[in-house]
Amino acid sequence: MYKYDQYDQAMVDARVEEFRDQTRRRLDGSLAEEHFRPLRLMNGLYLQLHAYMLRVAVPYGTLNSDQMHALADIAEKYDRGYGHFTTRQNIQYNWIKLEDAPDILADLAKVEMHAIQTSGNCIRNISSDHFAGAAADELVDPRPYAEILRQWSSFHPEFSYLPRKFKICVIASDTDRAAMRLHDIGIQIVKNDAGELGAAFYVGGGMGRTPIIAPCINEFVPLDQLVTYSEACLRVYNRYGRRDNKYKARIKILVHELGKEEYTRQVEEEFAHMLEQGVEPPLAELERIKTYFQDPDFKTGLTDRADRSDPDFALWIDRNCHKHKAPGYVSATISLKPVGGIPGDASVEQMHLMANLAKEYSFDECRVTHAQNIVLPHVEIGRLHELWTKLEEAGLGTPNLDRIDDIIACPGLDYCSLANARSIPVAQKISERFAANGKADELGQLKLKISGCINACGHHHAGHIGILGVDRKGVENYQLLLGGSEAEDTSLGKITGPGFSEDGIVDAVEKAADVYLAHREDGERFLDTYRRIGMDPFKEALYG
Amino acid sequence: MKILTGNDLKTGAVTWWDGQDWSLHVEDAVDVGDKAEEIMGREESARRVNVPYAIDAELDGNGKVRPAHIKDRVRALGPTVRPDLTLKPTEPEALNWVI
Amino acid sequence: MAKELGVSPDAVQFRFRDDEMVDHGMVTVDSFVEQSNASAVRIEPGDDARELLPFLDRLALVEVNFPVFGDGRGYSAARILREAGYTGELRAVGEVLVDQIAYMRRCGFDAFAPDSKLNEADVEAAFARFPEVYQKTVDGAAPIWKLRHG
Ligand code: SF4
Repeated sequence: MYKYDQYDQAMVDARVEEFRDQTRRRLDGSLAEEHFRPLRLMNGLYLQLHAYMLRVAVPYGTLNSDQMHALADIAEKYDRGYGHFTTRQNIQYNWIKLEDAPDILADLAKVEMHAIQTSGNCIRNISSDHFAGAAADELVDPRPYAEILRQWSSFHPEFSYLPRKFKICVIASDTDRAAMRLHDIGIQIVKNDAGELGAAFYVGGGMGRTPIIAPCINEFVPLDQLVTYSEACLRVYNRYGRRDNKYKARIKILVHELGKEEYTRQVEEEFAHMLEQGVEPPLAELERIKTYFQDPDFKTGLTDRADRSDPDFALWIDRNCHKHKAPGYVSATISLKPVGGIPGDASVEQMHLMANLAKEYSFDECRVTHAQNIVLPHVEIGRLHELWTKLEEAGLGTPNLDRIDDIIACPGLDYCSLANARSIPVAQKISERFAANGKADELGQLKLKISGCINACGHHHAGHIGILGVDRKGVENYQLLLGGSEAEDTSLGKITGPGFSEDGIVDAVEKAADVYLAHREDGERFLDTYRRIGMDPFKEALYG
Repeated sequence: MKILTGNDLKTGAVTWWDGQDWSLHVEDAVDVGDKAEEIMGREESARRVNVPYAIDAELDGNGKVRPAHIKDRVRALGPTVRPDLTLKPTEPEALNWVI
Repeated sequence: MAKELGVSPDAVQFRFRDDEMVDHGMVTVDSFVEQSNASAVRIEPGDDARELLPFLDRLALVEVNFPVFGDGRGYSAARILREAGYTGELRAVGEVLVDQIAYMRRCGFDAFAPDSKLNEADVEAAFARFPEVYQKTVDGAAPIWKLRHG
């Protein structure tokens, strides 16, 4: 994985000192909250329901064991013994003191980490495929391109006060494991007919109040124009994105209001101009970055069979392991979704353990997924049982990837100051319900996603089943959505009808699941059945 | 009644105006009547509180202050999904007060 | 006479050029484009800086207003003018704060007239803070990729 050179380190160190100085000025009163707020946000520091919350960037979701250990140490030293992995492949701490924040950033910098631009109206941490560099179906490893863009977007002087936040995602396979088309810019690395690599740009997607699937505005941007093209997309947005209404300020609204053709025309015009400006790093820089993402020393002649005599283990392999490009290896997912647990939370001990396992079993690498789980990308099939045994002992062996109890849930009203309703208790009750009624096994793949408000951090629009918390006269209420997908068949869920109480929504999910079980045809997932039979049978069961 | 709440600037802890100072306990909150703006302005510029705001509250059956909105009750107690991290880890029934 | 547009030269707290300060009247972008002989113009966030491009050779001062610091359109306006070869004074006015001033400089501003005076030591520290830069802009600084690859 990428390693800082002296320049990267110096920039991150300077940022720590800058924030130390800003914090000092805030604490001594020379900086007012109004002016400090955007600065702390650009260092990932929010003021949440119980304290300050710090969001640490995990660039494209990749961590080594030293970094994971450092994240655990921060949870222990400055927080309350745990961290929360998010749908943006980052980690959040909920109980941070402002006076500690500069020291935490300094601790992070020691392991080449930071919280730069994890919030604020700027270009955020760049997300990617959590199986990057491992997946059998990828064209190339997308992370070098994400890293080029990470450096370009860090401390960008023109684009730090955009109309609104800006999220970029880079993938390199036709299978989309990163919700690419629901980003402000989604980039897919592709090959053209001449066999050259380039970048397809999807611009103006997003969730939130007005979910939109990004249209493709350019099917092939040559790799030596990647930064230049991004710069053009951003400049048009910075100049013309709406600033009169916070809810209409994302680039999706600009692209939607201008129309894809007009937005594209403006970008192409700006791009032609930008090409003259020499803003693109040379290809040698891409090559330099790529050297850090070379395949680890995969062994050859490994067995591709695991001993499946233990049925629990066999189940975990079938559900939580993904096909790897190197024979004899798989990518193994550690579920942070035990039945009744808090989705995405990991304790200090669990983080240390995952770090140790990454080192021992996965070439010192692990990944954070947008579904709030942790991946060990390169595990020998022959050593899986050993790994699984250790996970089981630590309560990390839940075999439920992409199933109804592998729920994405944002922090909701238990932690988040923007929330309308709690998300976590709903997730807990649903996973408990389906564990008790035994239907989870029968349901197979069913992605359930819960947000505590319209901001959609829990990706509810993109869930096969989505749940949105709303405030109904001061009482928590939950709307049900069906038919969303964040994968390559991207679609947006539709609201079934009137909302439900906290217990009512658990029943409603079960009813929707029952409709599927009653109607499904061979091999159909919940989503496929919904797409085939439509909303009516579900409405009938829910409200009839 | 109207009560004031905010966060401690340095620690971020949730605090409540008790008439003299900022307390960690919502039980200590006092009715500020029409003095909210005045107190908040003074306290914020002295940096004894960060981002204060006034909310409606009532006295519950036991004569204890209870914020009108669930969000402020969550703030007053702590996350409902981690009773161990709330201000009342040994009183599970405190959760009923929130919801 | 109506109140003059633009800040007075006295309000300029930081200036990184040696030429004389322009001290005659300033006009809006609209009236500049329509009329003729002005050499100083003021850009508001909604103005299109590109409208000025045909007239760059007779401009000596462009003032870019930041009514609120969070409105970042002025950064693009400045950079567009510099990219087109404008060499006159580019002055940031309005809510210009310590923590944005280094970015403004990177986008081509070379004079600053903040609404409220800034602490000079803080500003100096802000300019000196980052040892290098990641992007090529218009301030002549060699980006890190250039340092890496020559
Ligand atoms: S979706 Fe809403 S409640 Fe959930 S984390 Fe995002 S802002 Fe908070």
